[in-house]
Amino acid sequence: MSEPITAQTNAASADQAAPAPKPKRPKPKSMLLLNEQTQALFENARLAKERGEKVGWSASIFPQEIAETLGLNILYPENHSAGIAARHQADPFLQDCEGPLGYSNDLCAYAKVNLSYASALNNESTVEFPDGGKMVKPDFLLLTNNICNQLTKWYENLSRQMNIPIFFIDTCYNPSDYVTETRVRYVRAQIDQLIKDLCAFTGKKWDDKRFQKVMKISQRNSFLWERANSLMDHKPAPIGGFELFNYMSAMVCNRGKTSSTAVLEQLNAEIEEHIKNGTSTFPVDEQYRISWDGIACWPYLSHNLRTLKKYGINMVASSYGKAWAIEYDDLDGMARAYCFASTNGDNASTMIGRRMEALKKFDCEGTIYHVNRSCKVMDCQMMEVQRQISEQAGIPFASFDGDQADYRNYSEAQFETRIQGLVEVMAQNKEAKENG
Amino acid sequence: MYTLGIDIGSTSSKAVILRDGTELIVQKVVSLGTGTVGPSQVLSAVFEESGLSPDQIGYTVSTGYGRMNCAQADEQVSELSCHAKGIHFLLPDAQTVIDIGGQDAKALKISESGQLIAFQMNDKCAAGTGRFLDVMARVLNVDISELGELSQRSKKPVSISNTCTVFAESEVISQLSSNVPIEDIAAGIHNSVAKRVAGMALRLGRPTAPAMSGGVARNAGVVRAMERELGCPVLVHPLCQSAGALGAAILAWEKLKKEKVN
Repeated sequence: MSEPITAQTNAASADQAAPAPKPKRPKPKSMLLLNEQTQALFENARLAKERGEKVGWSASIFPQEIAETLGLNILYPENHSAGIAARHQADPFLQDCEGPLGYSNDLCAYAKVNLSYASALNNESTVEFPDGGKMVKPDFLLLTNNICNQLTKWYENLSRQMNIPIFFIDTCYNPSDYVTETRVRYVRAQIDQLIKDLCAFTGKKWDDKRFQKVMKISQRNSFLWERANSLMDHKPAPIGGFELFNYMSAMVCNRGKTSSTAVLEQLNAEIEEHIKNGTSTFPVDEQYRISWDGIACWPYLSHNLRTLKKYGINMVASSYGKAWAIEYDDLDGMARAYCFASTNGDNASTMIGRRMEALKKFDCEGTIYHVNRSCKVMDCQMMEVQRQISEQAGIPFASFDGDQADYRNYSEAQFETRIQGLVEVMAQNKEAKENG
Repeated sequence: MYTLGIDIGSTSSKAVILRDGTELIVQKVVSLGTGTVGPSQVLSAVFEESGLSPDQIGYTVSTGYGRMNCAQADEQVSELSCHAKGIHFLLPDAQTVIDIGGQDAKALKISESGQLIAFQMNDKCAAGTGRFLDVMARVLNVDISELGELSQRSKKPVSISNTCTVFAESEVISQLSSNVPIEDIAAGIHNSVAKRVAGMALRLGRPTAPAMSGGVARNAGVVRAMERELGCPVLVHPLCQSAGALGAAILAWEKLKKEKVN
């Protein structure tokens, strides 16, 4: 099994051509725990499959606690595709998807990678697995549309191709700044039915006591994740902001597990230690603090990181990772929380309000917007978000074209020009502030 | 004290030498960009014409697509800040700068003192860049420098609707095969570029005293089309192509002054 991708390993591989590479910083204990957790996730799914148990694939912001309560083994295509892209292994999947499989180039690249991977698992494609096929073939699919509507068509195709059922929760778009009670009842009714159907399909039994326990674990993990993100308000920030992206799998894939509690408690302890000592894992002096808007540009994470590092920019706030800090304490609360989990399901005022709050809390001097070709819903709202936030917060921004998993939609030179331009404006602003 | 600014673009290299940050000693343009002999040729040209030697230069700033590969530079600055600075020097009233470069197009909002406040750049493709005009001039079999004058003779500009350079090229070929006069096609090409870039500039708000920078600003057809799209006059200075290098030389002077103070 290959090693889980990290920002550190990415940067290290990109630096291989350098004449005398710096000795690698030892991985923190939290990262070692995370790697063990990731390996266990795939290994447990493989063993379950061998035992003849049913294994599922799930959308990234599906209520993970349901599957955890039932003791089901679940894998996450979006997270897996991001890993394939970050390791620069996406090309054969993208070519296969747009070529022999006949899908459109305009699809989300997570979907393109996964649809090709699934076809290979189904013996309908000859693309070789770079990871030994660790995303074992699913027996069922878990789906919500709170993060993305294209997922419904992606999963529908998987369902038809493999002749497996989809268990689906429709959460709707949020026109208000809160979730109405009628909507909670609508989603709650679907959750109740889904639990019944999933139990009937898998032969598992719902146990309320176990659900209470999983829910407590999930709440603890959400608290710890939120806290780790919040501690970035210290100056200098205790860690490099991109490092937090690496820990997202603990929340995306393992939100209801105690192994995530261990990872996140350790991460919080390491962050606190840095704050206590006035140190940081960010490798250069933190000259600028910025917020990141949009999904990570996984194929070029190392280039993004190196460029920002070159100019002393630490990404201290992100709308991306925090989407998984989901809090609730019963099934109604679950319905409410999962309605409001993602930027793509929120109205503009909610989205802008959250970002303004973050800019203030983390004392950001600029924002970088990733205009992500894969996620057109996010791009659609981004232009107006840029305009309003720049006006209200009075801070500059730069946007760049990229993709969450398709390496063909990015230019290194154009990224650097935009970042350098942003730095020049931030430097002027800083100087003006210092001179009163 | 002399300072040098060099703007190494994707299709041309420009260099400017200034005395004391205000007096233009020399400016040169060579139509070869990064990765060619263009940068060394333009440097030789400015030293030859000015009679200065490299050791008389107090500070050098490089800018443009090839700015990171300039051994002579003391510092690299983005073309965004350099065009803002250069245009402010040439046209002090301008508060919006539109630069159409070989690889990208940008709209800059600048303060009354010439500082960059905000910017927008083209997304994803070559439409609305200088490269788009190069491709179209080749299809029309005219020199890029003649495209502006040619389009001024147009009576009925055609519509070039594709934003993709390759598809737009097909559109132009189709117009040529229908015997549409090339001046009407040239005007259509300029309108297409202006629409695309003006749309981007308007994201910064309604422009105040816009100016065009870079080599494409010398194309009167693009400038007229831009004025129509923005609904106001567009300022152009005869040294517009060297504005980035000029801005780099001014920034070099400012750095030098700051170093002396410190």
